[in-house]
Amino acid sequence: MTTFRQAKLARRLTMGAVLALGLATSLPALTSPARADEQFFPLQSYRVGPYAAGGTGFFGGFIDYLNLVNIRDGGVNGVKLTWDEGETQYEVERGVEVYERLKSRPGVAAWNPLSVGIAYAMIDRISKDKVPLITINHGRTDSTDGRVFPYVFPLLLNPYSETSGIVNYIAAREGGPEKLKGKKLVVLYHGSPYGKETIPIYKLLADKYGFELEQIEVPHPGNEQQSQWLSIRRAKADYVVLRGWGVMNPVALKTAQKVGFPVDHIIGNVWSNSEEDVIPAGDAAKGYVAITTQASGAEYPVLQEVIKTVYGAGKGNLDDKKRIGSVYHNLGIVNGILNVEAVRIAQEKFGKRTLTGDEVRWGFEHLQLDPARVEALGAKGLFHSINVTWDNHEGNGRVTFQQWDGAKWKVVSDWISPDWAALRPIIEKSSTAYAQEHGIKIRTSGDDPVGQ
Amino acid sequence: MFDYQFLIEVLVGGLLSGVMYSLVAIGFVLIYKTSGVLNFAQGAMLLFAALTFVSLVERGTPFALALLATLAIMVLLGITIERTVLRPLINQPPITLFMATLGLSYVIEGAAQLLWGTQVHGLEIGVSDIPFDIGGVFISRFDLFAAGVAGSLVALFTLFFRYTRTGLAFRAVADDQFAALAVGLRLPRVWAAVWTAAGIVALVAGLLWGARLGVQFSLSLVVLKALPVLVLGGFDSITGAIVGGLLIGAIEKLAEVYVGPFFGGGIEAWAAYVVALALLLVRPSGLFGQKLVERV
Amino acid sequence: MTVITETASAPARSTWLTANVAGLVLLLLLGYGLVPLIGSDYLMDAVLTPFLALALAAVGLNVLTGYAGQVSLGSAAFLAVGAYAAYNLNLRLPGLPLLANLVLAGGIAAAVGIVFGLPSLRLRGFYLAVSTLAAQFFVQWALTKFGWFSNDNASGVIDAPVIRIGSLTFSSATGRYVFSLTTVAIATALTARLLASQTGRNFIAVRDHEVAAKVIGVPLLRTKLLAFGVSSFLIGVAGVLWAFAYLRTVEPAGFNLDRSFQILFIIIIGGLASLRGAFIGAAFIVVFPLLLSRLGAAVLGSLFDSGVLEMSQRIVIGALIIAFLIAEPRGLVALIDRAVAATRRFRSTRS
Repeated sequence: MTTFRQAKLARRLTMGAVLALGLATSLPALTSPARADEQFFPLQSYRVGPYAAGGTGFFGGFIDYLNLVNIRDGGVNGVKLTWDEGETQYEVERGVEVYERLKSRPGVAAWNPLSVGIAYAMIDRISKDKVPLITINHGRTDSTDGRVFPYVFPLLLNPYSETSGIVNYIAAREGGPEKLKGKKLVVLYHGSPYGKETIPIYKLLADKYGFELEQIEVPHPGNEQQSQWLSIRRAKADYVVLRGWGVMNPVALKTAQKVGFPVDHIIGNVWSNSEEDVIPAGDAAKGYVAITTQASGAEYPVLQEVIKTVYGAGKGNLDDKKRIGSVYHNLGIVNGILNVEAVRIAQEKFGKRTLTGDEVRWGFEHLQLDPARVEALGAKGLFHSINVTWDNHEGNGRVTFQQWDGAKWKVVSDWISPDWAALRPIIEKSSTAYAQEHGIKIRTSGDDPVGQ
Repeated sequence: MFDYQFLIEVLVGGLLSGVMYSLVAIGFVLIYKTSGVLNFAQGAMLLFAALTFVSLVERGTPFALALLATLAIMVLLGITIERTVLRPLINQPPITLFMATLGLSYVIEGAAQLLWGTQVHGLEIGVSDIPFDIGGVFISRFDLFAAGVAGSLVALFTLFFRYTRTGLAFRAVADDQFAALAVGLRLPRVWAAVWTAAGIVALVAGLLWGARLGVQFSLSLVVLKALPVLVLGGFDSITGAIVGGLLIGAIEKLAEVYVGPFFGGGIEAWAAYVVALALLLVRPSGLFGQKLVERV
Repeated sequence: MTVITETASAPARSTWLTANVAGLVLLLLLGYGLVPLIGSDYLMDAVLTPFLALALAAVGLNVLTGYAGQVSLGSAAFLAVGAYAAYNLNLRLPGLPLLANLVLAGGIAAAVGIVFGLPSLRLRGFYLAVSTLAAQFFVQWALTKFGWFSNDNASGVIDAPVIRIGSLTFSSATGRYVFSLTTVAIATALTARLLASQTGRNFIAVRDHEVAAKVIGVPLLRTKLLAFGVSSFLIGVAGVLWAFAYLRTVEPAGFNLDRSFQILFIIIIGGLASLRGAFIGAAFIVVFPLLLSRLGAAVLGSLFDSGVLEMSQRIVIGALIIAFLIAEPRGLVALIDRAVAATRRFRSTRS
């Protein structure tokens, strides 16, 4: 009796498996074709898993801004913005799968994975497919060099600029770069390629300014940091730079309190600067300072419009309206502004229609928003400005510093410029090496044909 | 000049961290002892408990009531798991059961986040973390509190096993499943009780770890800290879980501070495993684990 | 740890074999003929290539766990060793042919595997399983820590070179798929031969009863280490495929514990001690979640955001794994065999 039932079950399962396989192979064909005059944004989002808080905020903000442009202006010059999400859980192979799935959609404007790992896996692929890859505030530092990486844009801030910005801020707080001499700086970094990327830059700056430097690794995921913080206390550090990620950040702040290290002397980097990083630490985070390229808060006109137009129409992407204006949400909004403006700039040259990826690339290479234009976009104070050129794909973004007061972030500095000139030779050294390794012809002007 | 004060500080910090590892390990031991299952879903249960509790509190439920409600949910969860997963898989090889608990952890993690969202929550349980300064050695108030909680939990379990019927049945099953069945003990009931107990441990550990890390997905990763503890102490000994936890905590911190610099640091992730392994080569069933007897 | 082997009654065995051979030929024809012809890039790049790499890794783990009875939770570490070894061989020994590179990378993974297999001489069951986690964490740490492994690339992420054999370049999606298919087919065939030899029988003897195996003269030390070596070799080669043919970029974080569990899932769900099981399990683990997410997005996508869908999928996959284990603890292979047997019975009662 039971064997019969089991056999029936088995048969059904086999049938199911066969059907499933059939479906899997036929599904890619079923994707709906876009109508004319649409610009498509494929989103490799992550709303599940350890970094879900960042993913929901960033992609929420990005979608909110695209929605705003659609509802308020009817798209960019009449070209509707569309998007589709594929969940990656921040895993590289899922990101690649989503890329392969969505890349053949018509009118792909740009990719915005917000993940270093996924971005790396895509560089070869997007260069071949000629579609820009935007890695705002993160990504491969040497991709700043547009001569070698025509399709990759680490907009606003690459990891080296971040390092320089943080050191410049500490110098300002101490009363000038010369005061850095003899100070002791500890960098607490996440035990991953991301965490290690800035090790040589901190060394370089330590030599330049004459401060003492110790760099300590926290193994992933970083839920135990007793030994590291005891070492910090023994080292009698003046400042600690927190180059953290995910759960490592609140634990760092809590453990700092436990060993009696003053929290206002901990400076967070760009991945340690969100509400999600400080709220779990409770009181231990009060006074913590972190770098950012975009201020938080919802008082900026563009956010007010998002609230009124998008959330008013019930189309807001965030479940929890309290997160409007949070760090990741605002990063998503800024990312939306930069993407949309690149499309707009490219439309002026190529016509008000659906653009190809390569045309949008041209738009990004001419993405120059001065403070006046930023104000016109309703983002004055939200971010400073950007000046992308064909060979500088970062665009000289300015940074500011914010302090957590227990309930919200408050900006505590001016817009600070990293030392771009000093960093550029290091970047070029790395990018030329990459060009050699991969047989890429280095562009000599913006009009050079691109592609490998 | 060797800095002894610093050594003591590292040691104390390590021992106190070890208590937190023990707390997670005890949940594993309870289940392994009675049913031979290495329950990988312990981390998911921990996440589920903490997330449920913190979400209830954030929705305005009073602390005590939220605690009771979470407790009730964990009991329910324990009974459900016994019914739907363990009972149909009776007499299967351990690896199958282990994989089933992995599947279970997907279900619980998914359900927890579906119910309560993926937001990161702060959790204050009313114990501040301003350190005590004892002769220049900083000792964490919170860690002391956690150690106290862990101690009373173990004491409670000891009393329970010694003086209640269910407790006696639990010990009988742990000693010899077949004999226990032969004298008429109902295994399913004992298992349900054990999973409930593991759920309670998950709640306590979830709250303490949650207060340290914030309540978020990464909370489920603390099981990785408990595994070397289990190897060191033995999978089936509560004493082993406690001693193992303390040892692993202390060794890990000392290794990171004093040996780590020679390797460029960050060795904590595997140092504990290496130490546990070295010990295993001498005692293949851990410090307190039951020895396997081989018969041909 | 006892595992039940695939069993078939003696008279049925021969028909089974012919059926298997015929099926195999059919599959290869399909794999080499039809799929490259009609399959889309998506199918090959995002579905079949990872499927092949994971299936080979599962074959490797199956040698160790299914046949020799040693549970390992460190498979991802050997994937990583294979991938990084191949990258460095390619970088530091220019002119080394890819096939030699593949074999050498597998060899390096095997050497590392043997070292981490040493504890198996003393440990059993979960004690061994957890101790293999040492390999998992140590390898990941070492690859992140020492820049040499990634050629001092600032970000620690390496990109794999284009696959070239002689004058042939496998740079298209189809090329990479065919390369993977060939590698996996050859490696699996060799493994099948090994398992049918005395060595294979020694593996099973050690698994079924270590002490008894020792009594009848099976060299325990050699057999266990050989199992670790062969297993890690195969997983290492799978790692090369994963890095060179599939992702074309590698970072240590991609070889985390979840990947190890995924491979273990494949062999348990597919069926322990069965090479077919590794492939069926891999198909299930790779294809099923994709399918589920597509279906979910198509049917419910307008109602819920992708996060809710993803979470529901997680629940469904977890529940299905449990359901499978309950329905057939010996894996999908046993389930399918039973289904085939049942249809046969059904047909014979009808005629």
